[in-house]
Amino acid sequence: MSEIVVKAPQGHIEVRNFSLSYDSIEGPVEAVTDTQIHVKPGEFVSIVGPSGCGKSTLLNAVAGFLKPTTGIVTVDGEKVNGPSAERGMVFQQYSLFPWKTVRENVEFGLKMRGMPRSQRERAARTLLGLAGLEAFEKHYPEKLSGGMKQRVGIVRALATGPKVLLLDEPFGALDAQTRVIMQQILTNMWQRLKISVLFVTHDIDEAIFLSDRVYCMTARPGSIKAEIPIPLERPRQQSMMMSSEFLALRRGLMSLIREESIKAMGGELNDMGMQGLNIELHGHSLADVI
Amino acid sequence: MSSPALLRHSEHSMPASATAETTSVPATTPPAAPPSFGTLALRWYRLNRDGLRATAIGIISLLAFLLVWHLLTTYHVVFFVRFTNVPSPLAVYASFAKAIHDPKFLLHVLLSCRRIFFGFSLAAIVAVPLGLVMGRFKLVHEIIFPVAEVLRPIPAIAWVPMAIMLWPTNEQSIVYITFLGSFFPILVNTLHGMSLVDPVLVRAAQCLGARERWIFRDVYFPASLPHIFTGLTVGMGVAWVSLIAAEMISGQYGIGYFTWEAYSLVQYADIALGMIAIGVLGLGSSMLIRGAGQLVMPWRSR
Repeated sequence: MSEIVVKAPQGHIEVRNFSLSYDSIEGPVEAVTDTQIHVKPGEFVSIVGPSGCGKSTLLNAVAGFLKPTTGIVTVDGEKVNGPSAERGMVFQQYSLFPWKTVRENVEFGLKMRGMPRSQRERAARTLLGLAGLEAFEKHYPEKLSGGMKQRVGIVRALATGPKVLLLDEPFGALDAQTRVIMQQILTNMWQRLKISVLFVTHDIDEAIFLSDRVYCMTARPGSIKAEIPIPLERPRQQSMMMSSEFLALRRGLMSLIREESIKAMGGELNDMGMQGLNIELHGHSLADVI
Repeated sequence: MSSPALLRHSEHSMPASATAETTSVPATTPPAAPPSFGTLALRWYRLNRDGLRATAIGIISLLAFLLVWHLLTTYHVVFFVRFTNVPSPLAVYASFAKAIHDPKFLLHVLLSCRRIFFGFSLAAIVAVPLGLVMGRFKLVHEIIFPVAEVLRPIPAIAWVPMAIMLWPTNEQSIVYITFLGSFFPILVNTLHGMSLVDPVLVRAAQCLGARERWIFRDVYFPASLPHIFTGLTVGMGVAWVSLIAAEMISGQYGIGYFTWEAYSLVQYADIALGMIAIGVLGLGSSMLIRGAGQLVMPWRSR
């Protein structure tokens, strides 16, 4: 455990007056517009929204992969200029290096930092132990299940001791049971490391269960529609998802998202030239299905 | 948080969910008792049944091929194709038994192998790094790709007259032809591998603090390796094709020259011997590359 440095609370993410557009033949297309979000040190914040609303775009800008068209992204007051080990990232597609064993994957960031071999081996083993993966350190990722792969993904991102952890629908490809366990593991690690987390998901239950605060985004071009504090007590248990408080939050968020999903779908239907279709009606039937 | 009843409920359910997690973990490491030899052999047979079947059918098929060859040549079958002068398998075996003790034949084989070694190795040493750099840096790609595309369709054999003019010795021009033959398949496949590198892996490496040099070394290169090895395998095949053609046209030694000389000297059995030798050498060299590939890419062996 000595390798994992518990720092003074830091990792204050701030996104101000943010917009991001990309060029197309028809002119600039706005993906995200006029957006302000922040994550306080040690806070767990989720972004939810209909698919294609630009929540991943926003996360990629915080990671440093995309440059904002206007506005600024800062972490602890410093402007984000490109990807860095200070901002660990977990991807939906796991994105483990297939040619590295589990332990080599976890060691990679430490190797980049110039940590000597024996030291980083020890650090990687400790971290894998925390995630219950020490028995698999010599396996190649291909041999692991989805849940195990993503545990390695999280451990790999945390190994370098980043200030913030960014997760882009990390459990989207997992089955329901595995997802629940993964949420628990992530919560445990977050509480232990006191790290700031920005979590992108389309799963409302997941967002409420994990977060201190949830941002809800509008349909494209995405902006923040609402900011919902989640006052549920920690540590949280699975059974909480049946509580009236949880269900009330869920209902609120659900209706916010539904409005935007219908807008997003309506837009698409119009684009396809299906003008005759009653969008409102379509939305209601969709809602009934949900 | 709202009511104590709810809280108590969640506390009660905690051990249940905790045990559910812990029981799921040890299931992944099964303890194995040492089984007896008989059950092991039976299991081995069951696991390898498909492989054994393929081997058995392969042997039968090869034997049938030899038998048909034998019958066609002993009865001098003429049916559009004339088998009158074609040597029988036994005659070829007899000339093989003689050639194996003949230092001259061994020299032919050795020289061909040496030419392949130099030509192919040079091609790999030049084409793989060039492909990697072209795949990574757009400008290099834009400069070199058009030239490569113009030269690529020219078969290595068509280079023979030019090669003889270009290089001072025969030996060098033959190695050059071999080099050209394998160069383009290796280059094209390396480029293809580079174009297929998953950008998310590059981003993952960047997020872990990797700089350009390390991303190249630890992401682009290993990600392209499977395609590089495809290129090497194809390149090795083309290298042999080019070598044999070059040897037949301008050689003084080598297994291609041996085969052509046998025709000129009316030693029909040696023609077939030369052909079979080329086949065996080609097969052996591609097996070497496949073996090297498995050594270099342990994550791909299953």
